[in-house]
Amino acid sequence: MAYALQQLINGLTLGAMYGLIAIGYTMVYGIIGMINFAHGDIFMVSAFIAITAFTLLAAADVTSIPLALTFVLIVAIFFTSAYGWAVERTAYRPLRGSTRLAPLISAIGMSIFLQNAVQLTQGARVKPIPPVIEGGLELWSTPGFTVQIGWSQLLIIVTTVVLMIAFTWMITQTPFGRQQRACEQDRTMAGLLGVNVDRTISLTFMLGASLAAVAGVMVTVYYGVVDFFIGFLVGIKAFTAAVLGGIGSLPGAMLGGLLIGLIEAFWAAYLWAEYKDVATFGILCLVLILRPSGLLGRPEVEKV
Amino acid sequence: MSTVVFAHHGMTPAERLRDAGWIAFVALILGVPLIGLTTVDVGGRLAVDTRFGLLAVAVVAAFAGRLALRWAIDSLRAHKQSKARQHTADTLSSRARTLSMVLGWMALGVSIALPIFFSDNRYVVDTATTVLIYVMLGWGLNVVVGLAGLLDLGYVAFYAVGAYSYALLSTQYGWGFWEALPVSGALAAMFGILLGYPILRLRGDYLAIVTLGFGEIIRVVLLNWTEFSGGPNGISSIPRPSFFGLEFTRSAPEGGHSFASFFGLEFSAMHRLIFLYYLILVLALLTHAFVSRLRKLPVGRAWEALREDEIACKAMGMNTTNIKLSAFAIGAMLGGFAGVFFAARQGFISPESFTFSESAIILAIVVLGGMGSQLGVVLAATLLVLIPEFGRNFAEYRMLLFGMAMVLIMIWKPGGLLSHREPTLRLRDPRAKAATTEGAQ
Amino acid sequence: MSTLLSVRDLTMRFGGLTAIDDLSLEVPAGKITGIIGPNGAGKTTLFNCLTGFYKPTVGTLRLAHPRRGELRLEKLPSHRVARDAQVVRTFQNIRLFPKMTVLENLIVAQHNVLQRASRFSLAGLFSLPGYRRAEREAVERARTWLERLRLTQFADDAAGALPYGTQRRIEIARALCVDPVLLCLDEPAAGLNPRESAELNELLLYLCDELGIAILLIEHDMSVVMNVSDHICVINYGRKIAEGTPDAVKNDPHVIKAYLGEDDEEGVMQAYDETEERAS
Repeated sequence: MAYALQQLINGLTLGAMYGLIAIGYTMVYGIIGMINFAHGDIFMVSAFIAITAFTLLAAADVTSIPLALTFVLIVAIFFTSAYGWAVERTAYRPLRGSTRLAPLISAIGMSIFLQNAVQLTQGARVKPIPPVIEGGLELWSTPGFTVQIGWSQLLIIVTTVVLMIAFTWMITQTPFGRQQRACEQDRTMAGLLGVNVDRTISLTFMLGASLAAVAGVMVTVYYGVVDFFIGFLVGIKAFTAAVLGGIGSLPGAMLGGLLIGLIEAFWAAYLWAEYKDVATFGILCLVLILRPSGLLGRPEVEKV
Repeated sequence: MSTVVFAHHGMTPAERLRDAGWIAFVALILGVPLIGLTTVDVGGRLAVDTRFGLLAVAVVAAFAGRLALRWAIDSLRAHKQSKARQHTADTLSSRARTLSMVLGWMALGVSIALPIFFSDNRYVVDTATTVLIYVMLGWGLNVVVGLAGLLDLGYVAFYAVGAYSYALLSTQYGWGFWEALPVSGALAAMFGILLGYPILRLRGDYLAIVTLGFGEIIRVVLLNWTEFSGGPNGISSIPRPSFFGLEFTRSAPEGGHSFASFFGLEFSAMHRLIFLYYLILVLALLTHAFVSRLRKLPVGRAWEALREDEIACKAMGMNTTNIKLSAFAIGAMLGGFAGVFFAARQGFISPESFTFSESAIILAIVVLGGMGSQLGVVLAATLLVLIPEFGRNFAEYRMLLFGMAMVLIMIWKPGGLLSHREPTLRLRDPRAKAATTEGAQ
Repeated sequence: MSTLLSVRDLTMRFGGLTAIDDLSLEVPAGKITGIIGPNGAGKTTLFNCLTGFYKPTVGTLRLAHPRRGELRLEKLPSHRVARDAQVVRTFQNIRLFPKMTVLENLIVAQHNVLQRASRFSLAGLFSLPGYRRAEREAVERARTWLERLRLTQFADDAAGALPYGTQRRIEIARALCVDPVLLCLDEPAAGLNPRESAELNELLLYLCDELGIAILLIEHDMSVVMNVSDHICVINYGRKIAEGTPDAVKNDPHVIKAYLGEDDEEGVMQAYDETEERAS
């Protein structure tokens, strides 16, 4: 029981990160209908930015953790959203309105490019940093096992919840959110009504990248190691989360992320750890076959 | 195809400079965290290292590159506009036809003659063999993606099934290459059907992600099921194919002949390589003949119709599930054949050869080539294998160049390099028609 | 006059929306039955139920097939409706195979015959005589319809690149290649000019008088519906509000009300007369 509770905490932490990245996928898919394959690598870039920023702070002898975290988050969000913007501008915008596959190939190319650019400029080795936040809160102690929620885990979960609230508010209440939703439903019509479609799409990419940046900083804080290949698997799992929750739906992305995180944690803990990726994909396949629109997605009536 | 021609006004020099300046600024921002700063390992701890000189070079390069690119695009566009007026669609399509005919025969000639000219150059023959493996995989995937329009991101799974089937059949049960080839292909096709049956009603992108997942599942299972697949160590000493029973060994087996001794040649390791090259060439050509023929049959036309409009297909009384399954199964089978050859050529396989990036490369070949175009696949496969090879001199940049090339080619030609589609049958003779339109001009 | 298709108590609901509400209808063999009604009345939904794209919530669709006996359309998947019941449709928003040529479009429509002749592609792969003959016959059949619909000159052009009116004709030609017993046309005259509409009239009459194909016709162009239909059924809000010969329907007060609202009984006749003049 205690063990299960611990897995629940671990799974939620993992799921929060997947969820943040999944939102980037789901928003981009919603607005331009493509799988932004490079999104996982955007996340990876942000993790590297975080590593550099933490190291800089350590060199400058900054010891206040809240200060350091705020600084790193701002830096990572700034640069990562610049990357999100640049990727859309160079690889996707010229292909808008062409075949469905062209942007996907371009995205795969971009993903390979980013991975190798980072490998070249930052080195292929795993980068470790000393733990930023140590310790945690003991929740429940049984003779055999102690359930603990690490401060970093708590931070991740709380940040995610706060971000989700802010994000929902932005999409439902602000002018940008309205424009974003308008473009999602009918880009041509939104354009005719005076919505700057290009700018809205750019902003969507930057927002998605910002959330990935937050996830990147969290991964750095939580695991303390980063390498240039982490984007691929995390990206695919986050996309899986987006599909699982119902692509195009923001709460769906978060829910999908949490589910994937929980499934992974429990599967690894109770069944075979080495097959945890199989579990993720297996469940994805099952959900899609049984409920193709995802958990929270609107079912599509086939228009004849 | 319709093209909208906008009145194009050139940029003033000041505009060009401002444009390039903006790009340089973006390059600066993007460059700061990755080029300008890096972390290095100093005695077990990370320390930040700065490379602002390099960053400056990158920014200047971005500025100059943007100026040059703008100029090149503008002059090309002006050139194209003046040229476009001279050609009607009809002559263009007949020109595309002649061009692809000529290119096709040239490619065939070159591929047959290649080992003769490079009979002692191991590197060239090896690379050409790799190109042909990708050509064959591309042709297989072309059935699924290019013709039937089903986006498959896990094609490598079938390649793996083929390779592991041969590896296990030959090392465990002593099967030869030629016996194992059809069985492995059939196994791969069966996997295709097993996978396809539940998922083929999914929409395009969902199908893509599920196939991707399936590809990863196969790889993870191969990686972890050690008793079956050897796990991460893979399977080694897979027997090589023989030339009608003649082995490519230095010394002849007792009471028999090796390839060299039978033909009275001096033993050379190149014999096997050249044999393997011709073997994959024959397999690839058979694949080509098979797929081209299928395309002109009801099933092939049904695939294309499915790509164009699934609902209309149903309204015409076509069982779309069966059509999709046949595309999946045949694509998988061809992938399986390529896998068998791959295992036989390498003599060693491990899950590392069957990662997602392999699927991505094969898909890129199909899309870059121009969906459904057989010749386009050859062109794209050659390009994608050679770009990293040319980059070998500065080895670390090759995958970087590869990714960049994928993006650039797509932006340059979103429909693929050869996007001309040849009808599967005509009411009138095409040459007669081309002649009349040319005569009319 | 025998009944070919009989629709009984058909209801189709999407969530809370009832698109078709307890509709019953008889379609006679070898005649043209017109279906009219304001936009959103449920006409296309009726076609979707007939051709297996939607499963009706309630109701039966019995087809008295001349050779295969009674078939229950609501129980068949869409491809079997076309293949076994030979009920073939066209679409309101044209659905051709745009990148394939016109001829290929018409050959694809004969897929089932050809696929059988190619024996799972084996006979086709080796180009055996049986398959070659089948392919020749398919091309001949396509050629006949191409000539009949004046499409021969476009045979080798990509279907998607042709003008709208031509695409409408291609879609009808393609449906005819499936060898229909009942042909369901969804607004075939939409976007046609008066001359093309007149040609369509002639074609529809030819199909039903000479070839005995029953036609179910959704159409807003009164010059087409009123001139060719033997029988007209008017639908509004998913219910049948009137039925009868064109003349009877034209003067039915329910119909006039449905189209023009109350108090404007003159209007519909005027509108009809105008279209009549335009067509002649």
